[in-house]
Amino acid sequence: MAHRSGPSGFLLTTYESAINWTRTRSMWAATFGLACCAIEMMATGAAHNDLARFGMEVFRASPRQADLMVVAGRVSQKMAPVLRQVYDQMSEPKWVISMGACASSGGMFNNYALVQGVDEVVPVDVYVPGCPPGPQSLLHGILTLQDKVMSGEITR
Amino acid sequence: MSDTPNVVTGDFEAPTTEPPSQPETADSAAAEARREIHDMWVAGTEEPAWMRSYTNEGAQEMLEAESDPALEIHRGTTVTDDFIVEEPADDDELQILNMGPQHPSTHGVLRLHLELDGETIRRVKPIIGYLHTGMEKTAETLTYMQGSTNVTRMDYLSPFHMELAFSLAVESLLGAEIPERGQAIRVLLTELNRVSSHLVWAATQGTDLGAVSMMIYGFRDREYILQFFEKVTGLRMNHNFIRPGGVAADLPDGWEEDVDEIIEKVSRGVSEYEELFNGNPIFRDRTIGVGVITPEECKALGVSGPIARASGIKWDLRKAFPYSGIDKYEFEVPTGKHGDVWDRYLVRIEEVKQSLGIVRQVLETMPAGDYRTLDRKVTPPPRKRIDESMEALIHHFKLFTSGFKVPAGETYQAVESPRGELGMYIVSDGRERPWRMHARTPSFNHVQALPTMMTDSLVADIVATIASCDPVLGDVDR
Repeated sequence: MAHRSGPSGFLLTTYESAINWTRTRSMWAATFGLACCAIEMMATGAAHNDLARFGMEVFRASPRQADLMVVAGRVSQKMAPVLRQVYDQMSEPKWVISMGACASSGGMFNNYALVQGVDEVVPVDVYVPGCPPGPQSLLHGILTLQDKVMSGEITR
Repeated sequence: MSDTPNVVTGDFEAPTTEPPSQPETADSAAAEARREIHDMWVAGTEEPAWMRSYTNEGAQEMLEAESDPALEIHRGTTVTDDFIVEEPADDDELQILNMGPQHPSTHGVLRLHLELDGETIRRVKPIIGYLHTGMEKTAETLTYMQGSTNVTRMDYLSPFHMELAFSLAVESLLGAEIPERGQAIRVLLTELNRVSSHLVWAATQGTDLGAVSMMIYGFRDREYILQFFEKVTGLRMNHNFIRPGGVAADLPDGWEEDVDEIIEKVSRGVSEYEELFNGNPIFRDRTIGVGVITPEECKALGVSGPIARASGIKWDLRKAFPYSGIDKYEFEVPTGKHGDVWDRYLVRIEEVKQSLGIVRQVLETMPAGDYRTLDRKVTPPPRKRIDESMEALIHHFKLFTSGFKVPAGETYQAVESPRGELGMYIVSDGRERPWRMHARTPSFNHVQALPTMMTDSLVADIVATIASCDPVLGDVDR
C-alpha cells in the first residue's frame, strides 16, 4: 500500500480505509456503566489493562462526544428508555458493544424486571460474553469491533 | 498539628469560632486609611478590631467576616451544614435540576432530583429503581444450592459478603456446623473483599474530587486482590464460592505467598493514598465539614457501617454479633467524630489497615481440616466417590438438580459488609426453595440518608457526598 519515492515520500491508500483507520484509532466510549460489568469496564481502563493503548481511554460523559456505547450491565425496564435516549443523542457514526450476559440476553435473570437483551432497544455490533467479562474479554470485543469497522463501509 | 490527624478516632484540630489572632497594627497609617474607606463604603457598620490588619482592597472584603459562609467553610470553622443564613427562596424561584441516571459521578444509575436556590441545594429527592433486577423474586425460583449464584450479583463490589449472609441464613435454618478451616477461609475472603471494595471507594472518591490519578492507584491495587480471587474461585467477581455448608473448594497451593504479597503491596498503596490525601488542601477543603450526618440522624435513618462510625457510633457487627469465628481475631473498630466526608475517609482507610491485620492473623493461624460440613444432606460427595459408587452419583445428581430441603421457619442473619449491615431474611416452608427472601442492604438506607446530608449545602458538595456514601446501585435496587 505504501510506496516510498524520494526524500519526502507518499502513501497510497483508498479513501475508505483511511477514514476507517482514523475511526478505529480514537473511538471514544460513552460512560454507560450499569452494574457489575461497569466495574470491569473501569478496570479495563485502569493501569493493568490500559485502554489508552487503543486510543480509547477517554470515557465521555456526554453522548454527543462519543462514538461507542458499551452497555455494561443489566438493563432494567425502567432504564431502557434512558438507554435509547442516550443512544439517540450520540452522533453518527456510532457503535454499540453489549457487554456481559445480562446485556446480551438477560443472563440468569429471566423475570419481569429485566429487558431480555439490549438488542431489543438498540442495534448491537459486538456481543461480549461473560458474567462479568474480564478486561481481556472486553479488549477482545473492542478489537473485534475495530476489525468490523475497518472492513465495513464508511456510510451506513 | 491538624495535618496529622489521629486516624483511629478521626480527631483533628478542634474548630475554633474565635477569629484568628492578629498583631495589633491598628495605629499604623495604612490601617487608619483603610478604616476611612470602610466607613465610607459600609456606613453604619462597625469594623471589628481584629479585621483592621486585613488589608484587601474592594468593599466586599470589608464586610463582616462572620456573615460569609464560604469564608467560614474555608477556615474550617463550620462543621455543620446549617451555615446558610438567608431566607429560603419561594418555591417558584427554585431551579429544578435533574442529575442522573446516566451521570458519571452518581456511581451507577442513581438519579437525583435537586431543587436549587442559586448554588444552594434546598431539596434532594433520590429516585431509584433503574437497576431493579427482581433478584428477591428470582430467589424464590432457585434452590438453596443455586441461591448464592443469585445473591452474589446484588452488591457486586462485595460479592463474598452477600454469599456469606445468604449461607449463614440457610445454615441457621439447617442447624449446620461449619468446620474451622471453612470459617477461616470465609473470614480471609470477606476481609480481602472489604479491602478491595474500599479500594474502589478510594478510587472513585478521588476521581470525583478531581484526583484522577487516584483512580489508577485504586484499581491497580485492587487488581492484585482480584487476581487472587480468580485463582481461588475461578472468577474475578460474582464468585459463588461461599455456599451453604462451607466453601466450594479448598484454597489452592501457594496461597500463603499470594496473600503475603497482597498485604505488602496494598499496605504500601494505602500509605501512598494517605500521602496524596492527608495534607492535600483541595481534598481537605472539599471534604471537611461537608455532608455531615449526626449520630441521631444515623440511627433514625438506619445508617450503618463506615458512615455511622464516622459520626461516632462505635457499632460493628463483627464485634456486636460475631459470625464465622471472626471474634477470634484482634482488630479495632475505628470511629470518627464529626460525621463528615473527611471522617469517612479516615475511617475507611483505617478499616483497610485493620482488615489487612485480620488477613495477616488468618494467614498465621489457618487451621487444617475440612473446608465444608460433612453433612451429606448438604454437601455433595467427593469427586472420587462418584466414579466408584452408583449411589454417590445419584446423590450428587439429586443434590444439584433438586437441591436439599430446609426445615420450615424464618431467620435473619446479618454480616458487616464494606458498606454496613447486610442482612438476609429467609422464610422457608420446608421445601428446597425459599418461600420468601429479603435482603436488608446498607446502600438502600444510605441513599435515603442523602437528603439529610445534602440539604442546604452547595452544589459542588453533591459528588463528594455521594462518593463518601459509597452506594452500590445493585445493592439499592436488587
